[in-house]
Amino acid sequence: MNNTADLIMIFLVLTNLMLLGLSRMGACIRIVALQGVVLSFLPLILNQWNFEMHLVLFSIVIISLKGGVFPWMLNRTLRELSIQREIEPFIGYGISIIAGTIAFLTCMWLSHRLPFPQPLMSPLIVPVAFFTIMSGLFLIISRKKALTQVLGYLVLENGIYAFGVALVKQQPMLVEIGVLLDIFVAVFVMGIAIFHINREFDHIDTDQLSRLRS
Amino acid sequence: MILALLLIPVIAAVLSLIIRNDMLRRIILILAAIGHTCVTIIAWSIEPAPLFNGWIMLDKLGLLFLTITSVLFLACSFYTFGYLAGEARNKKQVFEEETIFTNAPEAIFCACIEAFLATMTLVTVSQHFGILWVAMEATTLASAPLIYFHRHHRSLEATWKYLLICSVGIALALLGNFFIVIADTKPAAEGTAIVLNALIQEGHNLNIQWLKAAFLFFLVGYGTKMGLAPLHTWLPDAHSEAPSIISALLSGALLNCAFLAILRCYQVCSAAGEAKFCQGLLVLFGLISIAWAAIFILGQADYKRMLAYSSVEHIGILALGVGIGAGATFGAVLHAVNHSVAKAMLFMVAGNLIAIYKTKTTKEVQGILSVSPITGVLWLGGFLAISGMPPFGIFVSEFTIVKSMIEQGRIGIAIAFLSLLAVVFVGMSAAFLNMTQGQKNDNLQVKDRPAGVFKILPPLALGAMTLMLGLYIPPVFDRLLHSVASAIGGY
Amino acid sequence: MIILKLANPVLAIVIAPFLLGVINRTKAVFAGRRGQPLFQTYYDIFKLFRKGAVYSRTTSWIFRTGPLLGFAVTLTASLLMPFGGLPAAISFNGDLILFIYLFGLMRFFTVISAMDTGSSFEGMGASREVTFSALSEPALLIGLAAIAKCTGFISLNQMFSTVVPGLWISSGAVLILTAFALLIVFLAENCRIPVDDPNTHLELTMIHEVMVLDHSGPDFGFILYSAVLKMWLLGQVIIGITVPIHTHNIWIDTSSAMAAMLILAVLVGIIESSMARLRLLHVPQLLIGATTLSVLALVLR
Repeated sequence: MNNTADLIMIFLVLTNLMLLGLSRMGACIRIVALQGVVLSFLPLILNQWNFEMHLVLFSIVIISLKGGVFPWMLNRTLRELSIQREIEPFIGYGISIIAGTIAFLTCMWLSHRLPFPQPLMSPLIVPVAFFTIMSGLFLIISRKKALTQVLGYLVLENGIYAFGVALVKQQPMLVEIGVLLDIFVAVFVMGIAIFHINREFDHIDTDQLSRLRS
Repeated sequence: MILALLLIPVIAAVLSLIIRNDMLRRIILILAAIGHTCVTIIAWSIEPAPLFNGWIMLDKLGLLFLTITSVLFLACSFYTFGYLAGEARNKKQVFEEETIFTNAPEAIFCACIEAFLATMTLVTVSQHFGILWVAMEATTLASAPLIYFHRHHRSLEATWKYLLICSVGIALALLGNFFIVIADTKPAAEGTAIVLNALIQEGHNLNIQWLKAAFLFFLVGYGTKMGLAPLHTWLPDAHSEAPSIISALLSGALLNCAFLAILRCYQVCSAAGEAKFCQGLLVLFGLISIAWAAIFILGQADYKRMLAYSSVEHIGILALGVGIGAGATFGAVLHAVNHSVAKAMLFMVAGNLIAIYKTKTTKEVQGILSVSPITGVLWLGGFLAISGMPPFGIFVSEFTIVKSMIEQGRIGIAIAFLSLLAVVFVGMSAAFLNMTQGQKNDNLQVKDRPAGVFKILPPLALGAMTLMLGLYIPPVFDRLLHSVASAIGGY
Repeated sequence: MIILKLANPVLAIVIAPFLLGVINRTKAVFAGRRGQPLFQTYYDIFKLFRKGAVYSRTTSWIFRTGPLLGFAVTLTASLLMPFGGLPAAISFNGDLILFIYLFGLMRFFTVISAMDTGSSFEGMGASREVTFSALSEPALLIGLAAIAKCTGFISLNQMFSTVVPGLWISSGAVLILTAFALLIVFLAENCRIPVDDPNTHLELTMIHEVMVLDHSGPDFGFILYSAVLKMWLLGQVIIGITVPIHTHNIWIDTSSAMAAMLILAVLVGIIESSMARLRLLHVPQLLIGATTLSVLALVLR
């Protein structure tokens, strides 16, 4: 347990569980930003702290995006919408945390069964990456506010990024550019969509966006 | 040449944003479409040079889907000319629910539609899985503003669902990309780029478990984009709320491009010897899609949603055809062409109907034949085409698929398939026949200005095309279809 | 060494009420008051023992047994825990389960003596107490199991005597997660803010206070005593993990453990002063969070 990578992974698990259990959206935005910033150090750590140019560059870009631009944009949306908390979601908070714990145990069991081509630096990275993906999907499915769904999407991307960084050693460009592009444009477009939703509907409860049925 | 294919729509998009004159913008749209189709036709005879060390290349599979996209876009651009002219005339419109809404600026519409063409072209020419993924993501982002052209709450709801569901799907496909890289990893050596041909050559050295997981994630991720049930939930909403011409493009071109992405992974898997596994999954998802669509087509109140569910059904037939393999692969490939053409025609005519009747409810539309005979004939013709009536093309493709099923002895699937098709036919025929026949509702205010030539000619041309494909497939086209089928593992 | 083995329960009886005084004094300092004398709890207990008791006619022998049994149980539990350099009086494999179940027994009798009064008021408190303890017991059990897995022993005595700084270096994450989970359990079981306010007079917010409303005189004295003993014991579990000083010198170990207990009391006082009570609906989330932390500690290696 003296591995920095292990500590980062445990931190990631804790942030995911907090996201599953929190209802205050401002806190959720901060946690997701923190997740993104901490994850941006992962490539450097996995590379044993050799400061290669492109790694440093990508870390800086990711920190500025996930730690600065996205929280700023989401907080601005939060302010304009003047909402504070998530309303009671489809799956209650207590049950969400329990489901998250069970999901984590499942991911740990699953990762033991997968054959890895190269030895991994830490046995925790793959299960935690899968767990982050699952909690992102869980947030998207079980929450009602559009803003939390965007946060869930960001968490999903964090998980995919962690997985890519850990395992796709030969093609770091693919991982970095893929995830960056995905988040960058999608969050911007979704942010704009949320703005329109609020203007149109006066709320961002996607639960109430149910005029189109069957 | 490939560069020309990509640059023509991009330049047109940029120009659309800059130019202020509406008419000039629409003319640029038509010119771009004509240019794109011309280059595509040239690509039939002269094989284009690959770019970026083979990462971007036009192979047979890509050429087929590129042709479908290009021809469809040409027809749609003509229709858009008339459509935008009509929309510009009535600035504020009264919608079904008696609310007034506005449209997005026309410049955004034209720019996005051209960007959409550019990104779809990129999907067809990418050989590298990473670029393929980027292109698919770009199609989502280019088409989202198009769905939100009519600015009201229903279309906003549809756009939000489209954005969220498709983005999640494509994020999962990115994970599938990572799995392919891991499958390709050799412990000691530097990895190769995940280019299609290189992966096919490496076929037997790929790690089977990771490859299967990759295919599953590709199927789920790109299947969301393609419209496979149960991941299709964005489709009915997006298709019913978007302008009809956009629904035509989405159904006719975008769903095919997503299918192309899945086929690329399928090619790698069959090179690795895992074709049976992939085919099983494709058959499963195909049957579920057809069944789901059949259930929801019965008693559908909104005719554009009915057409959307029909798209889901035909996508299921595509997946089923490739999943059955052997002779059905040819049927599936032919079906891709026929379905795109017929569905686009139907959506265009639906657009005309909305312009005349101002409603999307099936019950309120009656007596099309008496109100506007040409539209009525086109509507009925489109229905016959899409439901598989001979001599239209879809009959030939569905027949080929069933024939191959029986040849392989998979009688159960054949019976299920045919009965589901029958259910769909019953559901759709009830709606279509009620709409075309009878006298028009007297208290319904019907627009008496006939649809212009720009809104009649494209669906007519597409209908003629699918009729011709049912009767006679030109040898050069037939050769292309067979080579595509053999690339996917059939004949 | 009989004297050494009995030292732990004796220390518990003598010093445990002092802890409560420290907590109350810390809260007073934070609030800017002078606060109660540090030995106030002793005075309270002696006063209560000298008083007479009043029993309702609707109660039975259960009502009279509850407090006595609580006191007896906590005394027994104190025989199982080591403290600093002092070994536990009784120790066998699996005694951590007995430890937890002793508290369960005490809780059971508190609850049924509350319901024995026939008042719906106490019944409400009883139902709340049972709900929250149903959520906090897994946290405690799994937390202790995580420590057992970490150290390799399943007897409390051996578990806590092998928590050395070396263990922190190798399994620091596990221990820290467990410590946090056990802190939350400590706050929940001892009815501290943020779970329950010990000074509240509002019926809507009471949990533990309302169960013991009908007890008086020596019974109430015993209840107060067993509450501080429970605090002492659960505090020992926490400092057993967090203060790994085992230099084999009894005096150094014990005095460092004592100092750690006092620091823990001050810490609890600070937590109580700086937070507000959680809404009753949010308390399960907190407790489930504690359980999740324990599960994480158990699963990680």
